[in-house]
Amino acid sequence: MALITYREALNRALREEMQRDGRVFILGEEVGEYDGAYKVTKGLLEEFGEMRVRDTPVAENGFAGLGVGAAMAGLRPVVEFMTWNFALLAYDAIVNSAAKLRHMSGGQFTVPIVFRGPGGAAMQLAAQHSQVPDPWYANIPGLKVCAPATPADAMGLLKTAIRDEDPVVFIEGELLYNVKGEVSDTEYLVPIGVADIKRTGEDVTIVTHSRMVHVALQAAEVLASEHEVEAEVVDLRSLRPLDLDTYVNSVRKTNRAVVVEEGWPVAGIGAQVVDDIQREAFDDLDAPVARVSGLDVPMHYARALEKLIVPDADAVVNAVKHVCYLE
Amino acid sequence: MATKVVMAQLSPTMEEGKLLEWKVAEGDTIEASDLLAEIETDKANMDIEALGGGVVLKILVQAGETVPVGALIGIIGEEGEDISALLAEAEAAASGTPVEAPPAKDASAVEEVVVPPAPPAAVEEIIVPPAPPVVPPAAPEPVAPGRAKASPVARRMADEAGLRVSDITGSGPGGRVVKRDVETAIAAGVSAPLPVAPVAAAQPTTPAGPPRLVDETLEPSQMRKAIAKRLVTSIGPVPHFFLTTEVDMGRVLELRKAMNARLEAGKIGVNDILVKVAAEALARHPEINASWQDDTIRRHGSVDIGIAVAIEDGLITPVLRAADRKGLLQISAEAAELIARARVKRLLPEEYQGATFSVSNLGMFDIDQFTAIINPPEAAIMAVGSTIEKPVVVNGEIQVRQRMRVTMSCDHRVIDGVTGARFLQTFKAMLENPLELVL
Amino acid sequence: MAKTEDEIMQGELEGIPREKLLEMLRWMVLSRRFEEKTAEAYQTGKIGGFCHLYIGQEAVGVGAITALREDDYVFTAYRDHAQALVRGVSSEAVMAELYGRSGGTSRGAGGSMHIFDRSVNFMGGHGIVGTHLPLAAGVGYAIKYRGGDQVVLCFFGDSVVNGGPFHESFNMVAKWELPVVYIVENNSYGMGTDIDRVAAVEELFMRACAYQGKKAEKVDGMDVLAVHDAMKRAVERARETSRPTFIEARTYRYLGHSMSDPAHGTYRTREEVQAERQNDPINSLAERMEQAGLLTDEEYKALDAEMIAEVERAAEIAEASPLPGTDEIYSNVYADEFRGGLDRRDAWR
Repeated sequence: MALITYREALNRALREEMQRDGRVFILGEEVGEYDGAYKVTKGLLEEFGEMRVRDTPVAENGFAGLGVGAAMAGLRPVVEFMTWNFALLAYDAIVNSAAKLRHMSGGQFTVPIVFRGPGGAAMQLAAQHSQVPDPWYANIPGLKVCAPATPADAMGLLKTAIRDEDPVVFIEGELLYNVKGEVSDTEYLVPIGVADIKRTGEDVTIVTHSRMVHVALQAAEVLASEHEVEAEVVDLRSLRPLDLDTYVNSVRKTNRAVVVEEGWPVAGIGAQVVDDIQREAFDDLDAPVARVSGLDVPMHYARALEKLIVPDADAVVNAVKHVCYLE
Repeated sequence: MATKVVMAQLSPTMEEGKLLEWKVAEGDTIEASDLLAEIETDKANMDIEALGGGVVLKILVQAGETVPVGALIGIIGEEGEDISALLAEAEAAASGTPVEAPPAKDASAVEEVVVPPAPPAAVEEIIVPPAPPVVPPAAPEPVAPGRAKASPVARRMADEAGLRVSDITGSGPGGRVVKRDVETAIAAGVSAPLPVAPVAAAQPTTPAGPPRLVDETLEPSQMRKAIAKRLVTSIGPVPHFFLTTEVDMGRVLELRKAMNARLEAGKIGVNDILVKVAAEALARHPEINASWQDDTIRRHGSVDIGIAVAIEDGLITPVLRAADRKGLLQISAEAAELIARARVKRLLPEEYQGATFSVSNLGMFDIDQFTAIINPPEAAIMAVGSTIEKPVVVNGEIQVRQRMRVTMSCDHRVIDGVTGARFLQTFKAMLENPLELVL
Repeated sequence: MAKTEDEIMQGELEGIPREKLLEMLRWMVLSRRFEEKTAEAYQTGKIGGFCHLYIGQEAVGVGAITALREDDYVFTAYRDHAQALVRGVSSEAVMAELYGRSGGTSRGAGGSMHIFDRSVNFMGGHGIVGTHLPLAAGVGYAIKYRGGDQVVLCFFGDSVVNGGPFHESFNMVAKWELPVVYIVENNSYGMGTDIDRVAAVEELFMRACAYQGKKAEKVDGMDVLAVHDAMKRAVERARETSRPTFIEARTYRYLGHSMSDPAHGTYRTREEVQAERQNDPINSLAERMEQAGLLTDEEYKALDAEMIAEVERAAEIAEASPLPGTDEIYSNVYADEFRGGLDRRDAWR
């Protein structure tokens, strides 16, 4: 076991996969000479050369589409978006081409591509640089979507994503890159579409993903020590497919659910999770499912407002108390 | 295609409506949302709007006329359209059997209705008619077994344990029976309800603190059942009896004067104080805050006081919800607002329905004392007379004191003489020693 | 003086031997008859949705694709029936796809706008204007990555040159020297908009000047031999030096943008269309061949009859091909089985 950062875990995964399979190559802005805007691709240009670590012009639609074409021709590209906010320019390439070519061609073409980059808020980056892309992609049939919260999951999921035959949207987090965690020294893969119970508990199920996993775990500590409530924290890890069985079974056990996400509420990931729970675990619910999400506004620049907009442990604790009838 | 304008059912008890004023004339071209007419219902005056556009082809009912709910009052369509069939239909209906009022909750289901009331607007002066009449939250509906509010898992657990959810006291919001309630009931091995600490629930207007009572349903004892049966036959549907007491208002009036002097805004009225004290007394005597329903006694979790307000041609009782949990100033402000709207017949049904106890004050009309009739399904009503200066013997001495007579009418199926008297004692004690309010 | 059989067999036009000329003629006539049959099938309700016909533009598709090698790649937009045929996709498979049958190239999943055939490197069939240009660049990247010498040919219409993907692709293929030949089929109209109303440049091929390293050339798109010649040179350049070329082929479509759009009316006159019909690319080639003694009228008629028969046969086969089953609704969305089932939330059907 090694204690490494999320960023290092991704770097290692990329390196290992590029060593393992010569078809894997990286493209994106600043991925090569600059060592990556967030240093995720550090050292890779040196090791693998220009053709395999390609610095692109600032042309998201262009280079994302180029990646899709290369995948159609049998390569395995990993396209980096400096942030998922910029990827909106490439939405056509991802949704209209990558997600659909297999289907439209009757299965003749596969697109084994990974689109990766950081999503969500960081520190005072304001409205255009703080968005959570999760539902924009989780909505699309033909895509797979991953959102790991820990270094171990990041490594295992990225490897799986690269080896997957389907296009994968891989959502990291700027504030996650420095998170440290234990990572196995021997190679392992984390399957896509399988959630992970990060903390077991009997009293309430908290379903969440990405950075909010850490917020939920914090809240769980407070709930245990101050309110004698033991929360079970389910980390989705993948947003498409969602692992319904894991969270539904958890709610069947605890009878209560709080769904937490950083993104906006309307049609967010949480909305789907709530639907799944009420549909499949209705008879086991002791209270309506509560949702905690980012406030339904563009991200403010002012620090204090940003802090209010992004859910914190207090909000999660409040929601849990509500579903436990403890107010 | 011509559309019918009919007399819509705008309140649950409405059977006919009076057309007060037309806002359009035959031949006018109108658009969707245009006002068509003002209607007087049994409760308030409401406006009706056009759903779609067109030309007003015919007006069938004149201002001042009263027609039954469902009657055709006008036709909208295209210029020159043939509406003879519709007119014939209207004639036949007018001369033949009266149109049946649709059932209470179904007002919007009048066939081909084109005129639901205008949507409520935020500002005072504007019309506030209801959407299809909604049964207000605290409406004392008879609750059949199994219809009590319960979470799905609680229902299942109760079922498995052979318990009736309606027998279990719910600690969740609105009296919802939740898992722990069933667990408790199972552990106690009981079918009778257990008192459980009430839990705060979200209320539309924000009182401070958690509710102090809970909704419960009691199975009357054999003796009570016998009393009920007998008394019904003696005095009509609700067996009334009356309790009178005289309250010394001296301290209360002084306090009130002092409070008002210190207030920067708002004014506390005597009635506000009476309402607050009554609410507080009810919170301590949940057996009065109850209703007789279908052979059971239903105790209410919320103390909702109806204030009788005299209006031009009658009487209406706007309701102050959760009065025991609101402060005097809040009560005063809400009462003023409700009364003002009541006087111009602009209350929504959910604002005058569903009280659990009423207070009627004729003091300002120099009535010393009177007996009021209970508003079913409440179990009591308090009639308040004027406060007058009187000679009173206090500790052997004659003093001039401010005295007010209060008569409470009680439903003998729910309340006995002693129960009622105890309540009145509390009420009187709190008025005479206002500090008792905070005990 | 009539030519001898030998002379005929050895004749050529502009350096192109008779065999090749006949091949090109055959492809053009097949394309034309196929599209006419498609129009008929559309009007009788056998084909639905959007259907964009190539009638009038045959010289571009045929002239260009016949300059390719078997292992080269072809991309086009949604006006793709003819290019697919010329590339070697069977006419019955294309027709069945138009009919939405399981015998179609995508088993009925794609329809008119999405013809794909991996076996002949026919890369689609793309519905969003401009969306496939970066894809073509990507295939070019893959070729270079592997050190191959294949070439990518990418067709698109005149509207594309004003959009983002055009510029982003051209920039990348020029800068990174990718073996892609981009050919714009300039038929003067983006649906109903005259190109002069929206393009801030007189000649489209001039756009390439912004991308040094990208050679550009304009060619008469109604002259199949001219197209073929330009393409041959571009393909050679790509294959040998891995450098891209941009060819502007001026052509004309005789029908509307799609079967749902008018051939003329608000945006162009009937007279204009009729005048352009004088320039018909198939007639041009046939006439030239006849004049050079390389084709007789009977031969032409026989060829035409053969193509009509083939197209009729394709329609019959398509008609007889079974509809895809409802069990195929969830097919080919993912390469593997979707965890938890794609249909788990789809009750009520």
